[in-house]
Amino acid sequence: MSHEHNSVEPYGAKDGVDVVSGVPVFPMGEHQLRKADLDPKAAKRAEIQVASMFGISALSILGSIISYIKVPNESLISVPVIGTVNANHVSVGTLFGLGIFLIGAGAIHWAKKLMPDEEVVQERHPLTSEKSERDEVAEIFKRGKAESGISEYKIIRRTLLGALSLFPLPLLVFLRDLGPMPGTRLRETIWEEGIHIVTDATYRKIKAADIQIGGLINAVPENLLEVEHEDENLNERGKASIILVRLDPADIVSQQGEGWDYEGIVAYSKICTHVGCPISLYQQRTHHLLCPCHQSTFDLSDSGNVVFGPAARRMPQLPITVDSEGYLVAKSGFQEPVGPSFWERG
Amino acid sequence: MSNKPNAAVDAKGKTVGGSVAGYVDDRLASANFTKRLLNKVFPDHWSFMLGEVALYSFIVLLLSGVYLTLWFKPSMVEVIYNGSYVPLKGVKMSEAFASTLDISFDVRGGLLMRQIHHWAALFFIAAMSVHVGRIFFTGAFRKPREINWVIGTLLLVLGVLEGFAGYSLPDDLLSGTGLRIAQGIVQALPFVGTYLAMFLFGGEFPGTDFIPRLYSIHILLIPGILLGLITVHLIMVFYQKHTQFPGEGRTESNVVGYRLFPIYVAKAGGFFFIVFGVITLIAALVTINGIWLYGPYTPSQVTAGSQPDWYIGFLDGAVRIMPNWETTLLGYTISWNLIVPALVIPGIMFTALGLYPWIESWVTGDKKEHHLLDRPRNAPVRTGLGVMAISFYLMLWISGGNDIIATAFNLSINQITWFLRIALFVVPLIAFKVTKRICLGLQRRDHEKLLHGYETGQILRLPHGEFIEFHKPISDKEKAVILSKKDYSPLALEALSDANGVRNPKAGKAKLRARMSNWYYGENIARPSAAELEAAAHHAEHELHEAQKHMQQITH
Repeated sequence: MSHEHNSVEPYGAKDGVDVVSGVPVFPMGEHQLRKADLDPKAAKRAEIQVASMFGISALSILGSIISYIKVPNESLISVPVIGTVNANHVSVGTLFGLGIFLIGAGAIHWAKKLMPDEEVVQERHPLTSEKSERDEVAEIFKRGKAESGISEYKIIRRTLLGALSLFPLPLLVFLRDLGPMPGTRLRETIWEEGIHIVTDATYRKIKAADIQIGGLINAVPENLLEVEHEDENLNERGKASIILVRLDPADIVSQQGEGWDYEGIVAYSKICTHVGCPISLYQQRTHHLLCPCHQSTFDLSDSGNVVFGPAARRMPQLPITVDSEGYLVAKSGFQEPVGPSFWERG
Repeated sequence: MSNKPNAAVDAKGKTVGGSVAGYVDDRLASANFTKRLLNKVFPDHWSFMLGEVALYSFIVLLLSGVYLTLWFKPSMVEVIYNGSYVPLKGVKMSEAFASTLDISFDVRGGLLMRQIHHWAALFFIAAMSVHVGRIFFTGAFRKPREINWVIGTLLLVLGVLEGFAGYSLPDDLLSGTGLRIAQGIVQALPFVGTYLAMFLFGGEFPGTDFIPRLYSIHILLIPGILLGLITVHLIMVFYQKHTQFPGEGRTESNVVGYRLFPIYVAKAGGFFFIVFGVITLIAALVTINGIWLYGPYTPSQVTAGSQPDWYIGFLDGAVRIMPNWETTLLGYTISWNLIVPALVIPGIMFTALGLYPWIESWVTGDKKEHHLLDRPRNAPVRTGLGVMAISFYLMLWISGGNDIIATAFNLSINQITWFLRIALFVVPLIAFKVTKRICLGLQRRDHEKLLHGYETGQILRLPHGEFIEFHKPISDKEKAVILSKKDYSPLALEALSDANGVRNPKAGKAKLRARMSNWYYGENIARPSAAELEAAAHHAEHELHEAQKHMQQITH
């Protein structure tokens, strides 16, 4: 590649590209003097402007330290447009921010008004080495390769390759204890036959009469409290949460199993079959359940089937009934895995 | 500039700075490098500051991030909150969430640092995105800068991941929902998904391992890689010298601009403070990610209208508008509804972005070095492709807010989703066509300006009633810019068979390449030849002369 600084036709037809004509070069235009270059008063003004910015910056930064110490952290003030804010936060932040900003503004103003603004020209150096140098490198490499004998010592080469390719494996294997094997845990929840259905926040047992037609209750299994307390984690909650909805029995088009409702009360998993968001938006009139994350819509009067959106599978239904005292209980666990799909789900 | 003796000069006339430089040079022979460094010339243009914004935001992220690590506790151990934010007093939450509340309410300057960190992250990714656009539309990615383009692509991807990791750490209801979605997607991956999800989260979602793991990824692993890549990125910009826009005195073999010292030390150094200052002022005045409003995460709750940070929006949008395809094959589940939007689409987007320099140079056959930037209009197909890619991205991004649009404009979410499913393919094609046409139109206008000058708006009525308008030739400054356009012609189709009728084994590829090249360059408006320009200049002179003649007749 040529790097001559030819001013008219820097490049010709080359490398299969047909350049019809090169790019003509215009000489640099005449440099325009600024006001500060011509008028000492203007220069003086610029000097004062720059110095004031730096001066105010210093004061602002000191002010932010004083605010940090003096303004109580719990005091609230009302700022127009922004609303009620923490006075310490706002005063420290604005003064500090202003202080930083003015250093920059001052420096740039200085450069623009007082430092020389005539553009200069620097030549580029070629980014390709001389052919002779490239050949030399190739030669050195060839010589070194020959000296090492890597081409002749077949056994050394192969054993080295083998060792090098095995060496990262332990680093991967050592990651094994990051977590358990999946096993069947994605297929199971803590719902079982006879487990009481309780309200999500308060863990109160629920009677059928507690729900009116069109009503919805967020619920969990009664044994969740113990499990959560024991393991200090929310995994079971992420699978076992359900919603109870009471439909007019005449509106029920289909269910996932014969008699899985109790007097029109149906229980469905609350965990979306798309990517696992807890579903919360229920439309009484249409019996549609809408996921707020990706808007998958399910019809609870029709087996929880997908009506719209990116979810591919229906919401699993929990068969329910009542115990001898009339409290709602699970008739059995879920009959299919709850939550998002997974490879082995089938 | 006074002649007073400098306080920093000792009796022998040596300055302190000079002594230090001497001390260092005695040990490192640094004078030569320093000389070249201080004298290095950089071209000036506002768009060259986009990368600077990204760099400075990154520095602000490092600084503010270190502050946050001093108080943040990356732990999912359950605690009862007892800090000064009254509405959440007595509520069970993870230590991660509780310590984020403490940073926000009980550590003075803590909320400021949190908000500086979050705003700087938004600035970082926004500046990188616009910077990519600048590099793309001006052709700055061409040889010899393809490697730096790839590094930039990696930086963008890593920046997005780093941002997502960062805002997931406080374990609030919003970010926890984001993590649930990410986990659901990982779990749905073919072959390895279930295992990957189990290993990442130490079991099922949410478990108690993930926040501490994410923390070390967020504060060590990804920032380490980012810092390394940014360093290489800058060294390459420095070593290869910056590209420049065409103009008077600018050629492929020079750089016209200002020296690093003192101009860019003041300008770029000052600009760091501007960026830092603006981020700090916004952080002081505008609340971002008020996690206290969302509350602690629990897998059985969610807020309606959940929105991720803006740079995740396109991914969320893709997941939202994807049709619900799922296949069960031999007892295994293939979740197309997640694999396609979360893996295939971003995979194609970023791979195409990273490989674009090689794709273009293959199509055009252009293997030359380029240091003068293209004006976007002079590469209509490239510019069209860029706008096409941006509109594709925007359609996905808008899809990420389909519920917001539905509630704000009282529209059906189903109709919006269907509209976006179609628009995702139609709008980019229209955008391509329209952009290409606009570029060609601008080229014609340039052509016109070169040959006939610009319209002055001065109209003269001649004695016999004719109206003429003066055209004046454009300035040299403008000519230098317009004439920077290179005339390329499409690659000629290589012979498909040789003289003996033996078919060229690469005939298919050659045909495709010739066709692509023709598509790329075929419609470009040729630059006027030297003869045409001369004739035009002559004509302009004549017109002016004639007009003057008429003027004289009128005044006499």
